[in-house]
Amino acid sequence: MLAGFDWDVIQRSLPYLFKEGMTFTLTLTALAMTLGIVFGTLLAMMRLSSVSVYSALHGVAAVRRLAARPLLGPLLRAPLLANVAGAYVNLMRSVPLVLVIFWFYFLVPWIGGWLIGATQPIQVGAFMSSLVTFAMFEAAYYCEIMRAGIQSIPRGQVWAGYALGLNYWQTMGTVVLPQAFRNMMPVLLTQTIILFQDTSLVYVLGITDFLGAASKVAQRDGRLVEMYLFVAVVYFIISYFLSYLVKRLQARIAVPGKL
Amino acid sequence: MKYNWNWGIFWQPAADASGTWLHYLLVGIVWTLGTALAAWVIALALGSVIGVLRTTPRAWAVRLGNAYVELFRNIPLLVQMFLWFFVLPELVPKGLGDWIKQMPPPWSAYLPAVLCLGFYTSARVAEQVRAGIQSLPVGQRMAGTAMGLTLPQTYRHVLLPQAYRIVLPPLTSEFLNIIKNSAVALTIGLMELTARARSIQEFTFQVFEAFTAATILYLAINIVVVLGMRWVERRLAVPGLIAAGGAAQAGH
Amino acid sequence: MRKFALPLAAALALAVAQPAASQELAGTLKKIKDTGAITLGHRDSSIPFSYYDDKQQVVGYAIDICHRIVDAIKAELKIPKIDVKLNPVTSATRIPLMANGTIDLECGSTTNNLERQKQVAFTITHFVTANRYVAKKASNIKTLNDLKGKTVVSTAGTTNIKWATEENTKRNLGMSIVAAKDHAEAFLMVDTGRAAAFFMDDILLYGLVANAKNPADWAIGSEAYTVEPYGIMLRRDDPAFKKVVDNAVTQLYKSGQINAIYDKWFLKPVPPKGINLNLPMSREFKNVVAKPTDSGDPAAYQ
Repeated sequence: MLAGFDWDVIQRSLPYLFKEGMTFTLTLTALAMTLGIVFGTLLAMMRLSSVSVYSALHGVAAVRRLAARPLLGPLLRAPLLANVAGAYVNLMRSVPLVLVIFWFYFLVPWIGGWLIGATQPIQVGAFMSSLVTFAMFEAAYYCEIMRAGIQSIPRGQVWAGYALGLNYWQTMGTVVLPQAFRNMMPVLLTQTIILFQDTSLVYVLGITDFLGAASKVAQRDGRLVEMYLFVAVVYFIISYFLSYLVKRLQARIAVPGKL
Repeated sequence: MKYNWNWGIFWQPAADASGTWLHYLLVGIVWTLGTALAAWVIALALGSVIGVLRTTPRAWAVRLGNAYVELFRNIPLLVQMFLWFFVLPELVPKGLGDWIKQMPPPWSAYLPAVLCLGFYTSARVAEQVRAGIQSLPVGQRMAGTAMGLTLPQTYRHVLLPQAYRIVLPPLTSEFLNIIKNSAVALTIGLMELTARARSIQEFTFQVFEAFTAATILYLAINIVVVLGMRWVERRLAVPGLIAAGGAAQAGH
Repeated sequence: MRKFALPLAAALALAVAQPAASQELAGTLKKIKDTGAITLGHRDSSIPFSYYDDKQQVVGYAIDICHRIVDAIKAELKIPKIDVKLNPVTSATRIPLMANGTIDLECGSTTNNLERQKQVAFTITHFVTANRYVAKKASNIKTLNDLKGKTVVSTAGTTNIKWATEENTKRNLGMSIVAAKDHAEAFLMVDTGRAAAFFMDDILLYGLVANAKNPADWAIGSEAYTVEPYGIMLRRDDPAFKKVVDNAVTQLYKSGQINAIYDKWFLKPVPPKGINLNLPMSREFKNVVAKPTDSGDPAAYQ
């Protein structure tokens, strides 16, 4: 069954596959993970906050007057940050990643140009566009993970922080978030493994990641079977190894007695 | 900025003369849901079997189930799609391979997409089913044995009815995932919703309009599915069975 | 507010007065001068115009012309060096990426026609080709009618797939048309038996067949369906940039340098397999070299 295939094509293209393809995939994964977790944590904090227009601006007399009106009042008191973050997360989670990739690839330059008031769309390369796409998309998923993490920290920690005279940002930064990260580390890493696999979707833009590189070789030499099987095996080995590491990490940081 | 807005593009005739562009886009929903539902049937069936296998007392069954789940979870969906579409017809006997390749589109893309999504999601469903069964008190299984039920009967009458109710929320999440993942099938030529939005963009150059329409349609599908599943949950709920919180949910 | 009136008025007057003095660069020329870089869009399998050779380097006839254009831009802007960046594009992504500023010049095998000129601009035509199909000799396909009810493939975003879709409806051929991501993938579909024919510009088909595993298995249709003049794409509404690019290409034609570039890609062995396409300049293209035109109207090339 497996005879008649040219397995040498794999060996011949190894340098190209790994130097061009895999480095793109790994770099994209690492950077998107970092940016995604940072942005996701911010989103999580936004979702858990009760900041509203009223709470931020209640010092201004005009705002207090408007807030007394029947229609405007609830609007001004609504938790604005939480709703905005929630809408963003729900939007990103309802739409296929492929569609988000297309959105960002074609539209980030336009939006960037609008934002900085340029006369032309700004130039964004393939890598930057993919990075923005994956960071913003995964931020929604990291947000949900971090939200669960922050909510799992007993409120007493927060009160203790305030009792010590720390403000909100100091409490979050030095007391809550470090614990939340530690608790959710395995889930965050599992999500990163999913991100690693999802980066293969940049194929739809013709970008040369690991799958894209293998695909180019496969189509040029007509060796679809060999190259795609090889790609599957490599992804399998890497993902399996990474999830094995995550399982070991989970066992190590588990606190006996706590779930 | 110099983008030419043209929302009226949707009322203009499509390039393949099948109707307006809007009609062309809406047919995409039919393909998306058709692929997702067919794949979901496969995923539920296979996933339940594998999930059950992983909770039986037989070591070989557990190992088999684990291997199955690891295989489908560690290869990206797009790579699996390519394996089903490009590689499978070349690996099976020549007659069968040629017959597969001669299938006319859209079935040439539909069948591999359904199989790929079905198997990929079945691994995740297996995980959910396993988590559901293992979250049940071990006394349930013992009570089944005490009442004289065989192992299959215990699963059928005691464990699975409870387990499914517990994991209904994560299963809803998996169903939504399968709808989103159906978009990956555009790489093998299945003209579902995202593919059609792309096609509109290629023919008419109206990037914003095409993708906005597709996004709104995906949001609408999402809302309908979530509301539908909530109704199903209410109908199937057994009072007092599910404690507050239910089974654990992971991201994605 | 009142105490700012005079200084504000003075500042505004100064700002308005400035431009009259120097010749302001705008659009793409300004972008190139400010960033010191230009981004060329290229293809992955448009042999011999713009493709990857066996060392995964981007080479081709259109790429060479683009490099000459970049030299001309360097001279025009009087800067010592321009950083040339390469961005892969497909038939489907080239126009949106040009419109959104990701690429500045698209160096490939893009047909110049009036409809596309509503979105982008083209410089002087660098090749004239025609739309045909390729099929396996064994399938014995001689005319368009032989493809009735069969599966055919073309590349997404091309004039060929558009023509095929329209002909399919007009002549009631009942063909199932599949869109492939790029030419190599489409060719592979016919090779593996998933499609009966591949509609594409004949020069690209010659290149693909010549580099195939068994060139003798293939037959390119004898009927030519539409005339396709290729032009290097640039952004619309940027007359200063277009002028520089047009001049650069016209210079190549007038000075005869185009002949050497043409010979290199069409009359000599080319990568990846060192095959010689052996295609002398067609009558239509010789006319363009004699009288350079950037017209999108096929009638101008008869």
